[in-house]
Amino acid sequence: MAVTTYSGAEQYNFDVVKKFAVMSLVWAVIGMFVGVYIASELAWPFLNFDSPYFSFGRFRPVHTTSVIFGFGGSALFATSYYVVQRTCQTRLISDGMASFTFWGWMAAIALADFSYVLGYTQSREYAEMEWPIDILIEIVWVTYLILFVGTIMRRKQPHIYVANWFYLAFILATALLHTFNNLAMPIDLFSMKSYSLFSGVQDAMTQWWYGHNAVGFFLTAAFLGMMYYFVPKQAGRPIYSYRLSIVHFWALGFMYMWVGAHHLHWTALPDWTSSLAAAFSILLLMPSWGGMINGIMTLSGAWDKLRTDPIMRFMIVALSFYGMSTFEGPMMSLKEVNALSHYTDWTVGHVHSGALGWVAMISFGSLYHMMPKLWDTKIYSRKLVEWHFWLATIGIVLYIVAMWISGITQGLMWRAFDEFGNLQYSFVESVAAMHPFYAMRAIGGMFFLTGAVMMAFNMFMTIRQGKRESAALEAKLASKLAHA
Amino acid sequence: MNLNFKHEWIETNIGLLAVLTMLAISVGGLVEIAPLFFIDKTIEKVDGVRPYTPLEQRGRDIYQREGCYLCHSQMIRPFRDEKLRYGHYSLAAESQYDHPFQWGSKRTGPDLARVGGKYSNEWHVQHLTAPRSMVPESVMPNYPWLRTTPLDTSDVAERMKALRKVGVPYSLTQAEYDANVKKFGETVAKQLHIPNAQQSLIEQANFGNYDGDRSGISEMDALVAYLQVLGTMVDFSKYKDDAFVDDR
Repeated sequence: MAVTTYSGAEQYNFDVVKKFAVMSLVWAVIGMFVGVYIASELAWPFLNFDSPYFSFGRFRPVHTTSVIFGFGGSALFATSYYVVQRTCQTRLISDGMASFTFWGWMAAIALADFSYVLGYTQSREYAEMEWPIDILIEIVWVTYLILFVGTIMRRKQPHIYVANWFYLAFILATALLHTFNNLAMPIDLFSMKSYSLFSGVQDAMTQWWYGHNAVGFFLTAAFLGMMYYFVPKQAGRPIYSYRLSIVHFWALGFMYMWVGAHHLHWTALPDWTSSLAAAFSILLLMPSWGGMINGIMTLSGAWDKLRTDPIMRFMIVALSFYGMSTFEGPMMSLKEVNALSHYTDWTVGHVHSGALGWVAMISFGSLYHMMPKLWDTKIYSRKLVEWHFWLATIGIVLYIVAMWISGITQGLMWRAFDEFGNLQYSFVESVAAMHPFYAMRAIGGMFFLTGAVMMAFNMFMTIRQGKRESAALEAKLASKLAHA
Repeated sequence: MNLNFKHEWIETNIGLLAVLTMLAISVGGLVEIAPLFFIDKTIEKVDGVRPYTPLEQRGRDIYQREGCYLCHSQMIRPFRDEKLRYGHYSLAAESQYDHPFQWGSKRTGPDLARVGGKYSNEWHVQHLTAPRSMVPESVMPNYPWLRTTPLDTSDVAERMKALRKVGVPYSLTQAEYDANVKKFGETVAKQLHIPNAQQSLIEQANFGNYDGDRSGISEMDALVAYLQVLGTMVDFSKYKDDAFVDDR
């Protein structure tokens, strides 16, 4: 059924979608700027400026939190609220709850970033927020779950669209992971500091069960939900295979949860656990590629759009990077490969081929599709979208190539022996060898950041244009009514 | 299961979809995490591992606060090169009192699991204050404020109490203290006794004089005390080369 009025405030709650969409771009610019800054600190350490607040160790979680939860999270809230309303043809069940999730989420990200700079951290990667912020997130998340499920319950048609399955799995899994990975004992009700409930090996396993599934559900399943709505919409064609979407949904959800321990190969974690994780990591290639194939093949019969439509290009390149990094991941989870790659920049490169290539690119594509519709207008400048696409793509390639070279170099230098059987290199020689690649990575990041800034400007102008157009339309109507 | 099963049932029923999804995502974690709490072999039986003293624990808090774990691992893998560079591979037992674990995931700088005793206190103080004055190629930030910031010792007992609640054997009662004497010896047991916490912290800092400045206790004192104990608790000369192979 065609819905013609996008701006009809009565039919859908687009206000919250608009807010999240705008904030996702704001967090993208902030988070990516901090990313470029900390990358530069590694290349030129004077940038730490002897300041506690901007030193790499405190600033790095600001980067990860702002991009994953600020940019990625806001894009997911925005698109999931949009998709669930459009596909269920019903309004979110509560405007108050929707608004609460917006302000609560923004407060959580902002508080988290400030608290890291001040030195409050759980020192668990991607879960650095201390306990009061964790509780706020928990409340926001449960509200989100109720709102999402409640809206689906009010749907106007019997079937729940596949994008919503993925969003639902993401919301449920994130609730589960967030709860169990953040179990901690505060030292006092009025203190930010807490100690993890678990210790050592169990703590490590819990953290990487969380850590990898933050990737699996927050950064993958949810963005697949985004893909399942926006790729067919932009292509103007139905999803390639309904059957494939069923099979890969269940396989992905089941298998992802097993693979976290591949972050702990060769550590004091028992072998059985990490071997099991490695086996599932290999299996995971299949559902991952199932999703990629389903997305890319949706374009079959409309391949010409790749030449003419820059938004489509964002989406297809995103899916290609998704396929690439979900091939690289299982390979890195093989113990022999991991022995070389672990602890090196290769991992950092792998994460960014997923995060920049897949997550950011599919978000950009979806936002470019959605935002003009929300403000009932056309994109301000398609030329800028083209520029953004090329800057982002070149930036990613610079970034991951730099990290491949530096990572593999590090791994090989650490294990090199001379002819007498002694270590060939001291550790610091490997640090010195990284300098050109750290500089190259920072430059790649700058490309990507520049593209994001262009997008923010483009969307700002688009919104302004949309507001002017609707004001003009209203004025016209008013004058007609006055004359009548 | 009904032979005429149709996926349509699931995709038209949000309750069923949610429950089945929840089931699918719960299995992996249950199978891989829960047994680690029950299988005895997960943590090796080994002598010497003890909770951190109050000063060391405060140093660990600072290590966490500054985000050291983002560039330094504390987990040596069982490879020939790592043995030569860092020492014996890390045991699970060695981090059994670490809430949270600090194994890390990245070596922008070297592993620190056995850094204790490798360098002098003076080296650490100078290196933390200005790393490039010791290692010109280093990319580590300077931490000059550690030497100038007095250590907050006021809540050390509260911190130990919180750690005790999550299972670290710091003693609060006489019975617990006696048990610690048996387990760790009297000298250590005294330092693990919460009612003495502040006093034993001050004693260790004054005796160790880690930052080379006797006028007060700085954050540098605590951090260096922590670094100097890392990896030193187990005496590996007492064990055969393959003593821990079966536990892996």
